[in-house]
Amino acid sequence: MTDIAKRVVDGLYGLRDWVDARFPLMKSWNEHLAKYYAPKNFNFWYFFGSLALLVLVIQILTGIWLTMNYQPSDEGAFASVEYIMRDVSWGWFIRYMHSTGASAFFVVIYLHMFRALLYGSYKKPRELLWLSGMAIYLVLMAEAFFGYLLPWGQMSYWGAQVIISLFGALPFIGEELSLWIRGDFVVSGVTLNRFFSLHVIAFPLLICALVGFHILALHEVGSNNPDGIEIKKNKNEQGIPVDGIPFHPYYTVKDILGVVVFLILFFGVVFFAPEMKVPGTQGLFLESANFIPADPLKTPEHIAPVWYFTPFYAILRAVPSQLGGVIAMGLATNLFLLLPWLDRSPVRSWRYRGWNYRCALIAFIISFLCLGWLGLQVATPLYTWMSRFFSVIYFLFFFLMPFYTAIDNDKAVPERVTG
Amino acid sequence: MKYKKLLFILLVTICNNVIAAGGGSKLMHMDVDLSDQTSLQRGAAIFTNYCLSCHSAAYMSYSRIGKDLGITDDVLKNNFMFGTDKVGDYMTVSMRKIDSERYFGVAPPDLSVIARSRGADWLYTYFKTFYIDDSKPVGVNNLVFKDVGMPHVFWELQGLQRLNLHGDEGAHHVPTYEDLELVTPGSQTEEEYDQTVRDLVNFLVYLGEPIKLKRTKIGVWVMLYLFVFLIVAYMLKKEYWRDIH
Amino acid sequence: MENTIEVDDSRRRFITAAATVVGGAGVVAGAIPFVATMTPSAKTKAIGAPIEVDISNLQPGERIIEKWQGKPVWILRRTQEMLDDITAQNNEVGDPESNSSAQPSYAKNEYRAIKDEVLVVLGICTHLGCSPNYILKGAENSPAADWKGGFFCPCHGSSFDLAGRVFKGVPAPTNLVVPPYKFLSPTRLLIGDDSGAV
Repeated sequence: MTDIAKRVVDGLYGLRDWVDARFPLMKSWNEHLAKYYAPKNFNFWYFFGSLALLVLVIQILTGIWLTMNYQPSDEGAFASVEYIMRDVSWGWFIRYMHSTGASAFFVVIYLHMFRALLYGSYKKPRELLWLSGMAIYLVLMAEAFFGYLLPWGQMSYWGAQVIISLFGALPFIGEELSLWIRGDFVVSGVTLNRFFSLHVIAFPLLICALVGFHILALHEVGSNNPDGIEIKKNKNEQGIPVDGIPFHPYYTVKDILGVVVFLILFFGVVFFAPEMKVPGTQGLFLESANFIPADPLKTPEHIAPVWYFTPFYAILRAVPSQLGGVIAMGLATNLFLLLPWLDRSPVRSWRYRGWNYRCALIAFIISFLCLGWLGLQVATPLYTWMSRFFSVIYFLFFFLMPFYTAIDNDKAVPERVTG
Repeated sequence: MKYKKLLFILLVTICNNVIAAGGGSKLMHMDVDLSDQTSLQRGAAIFTNYCLSCHSAAYMSYSRIGKDLGITDDVLKNNFMFGTDKVGDYMTVSMRKIDSERYFGVAPPDLSVIARSRGADWLYTYFKTFYIDDSKPVGVNNLVFKDVGMPHVFWELQGLQRLNLHGDEGAHHVPTYEDLELVTPGSQTEEEYDQTVRDLVNFLVYLGEPIKLKRTKIGVWVMLYLFVFLIVAYMLKKEYWRDIH
Repeated sequence: MENTIEVDDSRRRFITAAATVVGGAGVVAGAIPFVATMTPSAKTKAIGAPIEVDISNLQPGERIIEKWQGKPVWILRRTQEMLDDITAQNNEVGDPESNSSAQPSYAKNEYRAIKDEVLVVLGICTHLGCSPNYILKGAENSPAADWKGGFFCPCHGSSFDLAGRVFKGVPAPTNLVVPPYKFLSPTRLLIGDDSGAV
């Protein structure tokens, strides 16, 4: 018995060596896991990178399976979703995973981005890492927008109508551009078909490619950490960072723990609250108006984008000019790209930054959250003025950054990581 | 630090507004109980007898209802199915769309997911707040669905209600269900009719998402598993991280 | 990593194994819904439900095609001459007794039918799934000189007699499949369900 077991094990090692002689198997394993040295002081905020990868896998798998039964046509789309929910065995489970996964993706990505703001992870030499991450975020927004049209409910339809009309506000090319995006005079089955194509093939491919780039960039420069210290500056005789530990097994087992906690929350939503019906909303993840089939002749009484777009939607509504609103919204989503060059502080981490940056970041986060909430509400004069106030803070965070970070009274950064 | 204070004030304002918006709801509340199978069966009977002649529930098959609510095929055929005799059929409507548009002004919507777009409380209130309004073509109006195109199909059961508007409060008074008075009694008492409506809404909620009851049951098992895994994962992490100082 | 403390190897191995087992079980359980989703849906099954066929107008020698579970079902009313031809070819077919072919027990007989004159078979070649043609005796496109009527598959040249029995020397391995069916009345057939039938 043990003899057979030994032979099997030997055989497997043999197979590995055979592959290794023809493909960089062990080299990749070591480079990215077993001998990738990550700072040993990762905290809570460092779970969200691997969680984002997990959500990506969930979305791709459930997406493939949904596509097996979904029909991308204006006559069939709504009915095929209900078909998945009722007649396909476990179809409801796959669908709820996908709809919950879409929101979970943004939760995880926003927390991941916040981590970068907190610990200055976008700063030199991680500019490309940051830019690729931002590219993923922007592509993800488009991906989510395309996907949101597919259930072909009232919110899908009118949400798409409104967002595409934003492009119509651009001077000279606007009208033609929105016509080109829709492929029809209004959002129609034609639009649905192309959005389906982009949602299931083009943008997922793009996201996967960008994620690959992002991880390669990360492993080239190495991970930042809550102290914002470059661990590669402190190496032992073997050339291993003294504050680094191999990603595998230490961070794989830690990430497994994070994954389980995440899955408890995720499946908590999937099984017990798939609509995420928070009081005062019509469902944050699945909106009640989206259970009415798309009707091109009748707009629902209150339309708001899904929660992850609402901060930018609030900014759009805050500007009292159509073109100005569109520009402000475009700026608000893209200003993050400039962070590595706007930030003049020599210190990365929040822990050793002065009060200028700390206050600015707090104000920014509060503004972002408030704008998100305001974007869900029906616009009243009070809310519009509040949106304007928070929009100003939002933009000042970026525009004033070169000044307040340059004169900040940063603290001394320790030589070695703490905690 | 000054603007932090300002932020605080603003936050308080927002919170107050949220509370204000949350109150003053005009809907009556009803507790949905999907585990009450006899209520669901009664609701299904009401639905197929009263609603299905004009409305459809085209995404739902009779056989699924029979399976979920414990109704045999024979009972299903005799008591629930009127337009067809194939239990695998979907609950489509016999009335042509163009006819119904002529009768009611709009085509009656499909009811498969009506409970998901309207909500149980809205439906419950809707069925209980029809009142006489001779200015309307169907002779009735509704408190939560103004100028409703649907006649009060349960008038024989509930009877007819009149809306008493208080003269002194005039046009500013928003009528509530307390202003309704039963003027012509129906075949059911108030309690009986309340139960009828509850059964129907219960069924409509079931119809909106047939898997709902089972979904939460499966969810409990998934949670149990994940908590076990959580303990193991925690031990695993602890075990390896003993190396690190 | 700096100061390597004593590692209890067996404890670590045990916990790793436990985590692998628990996590693996979760992955397997999680895969079940994905596999189950790909089985026929309730709607597909409903469409595949048994069908009723009225054969009161079916003329002797006439063949009609009905659809059950998306598959062609042939119903042929055979004349006495056709039945005689079937018996006459017992030595030319590969499985005359239908011993290695698929049919309900009530159709495992000489004419492969409940009632001799009514043949009910799935119109799908047992070779690779094409649907053979019905060719009458003496037709222009007869596949053989002494063709007594039957079915000929254009894909790979398999041929069957009027009881759906496969001829010797063709690629198809077995006779055409007889689906479950029963007579609701002398002129009404139920295809796909034989419950209660003898």
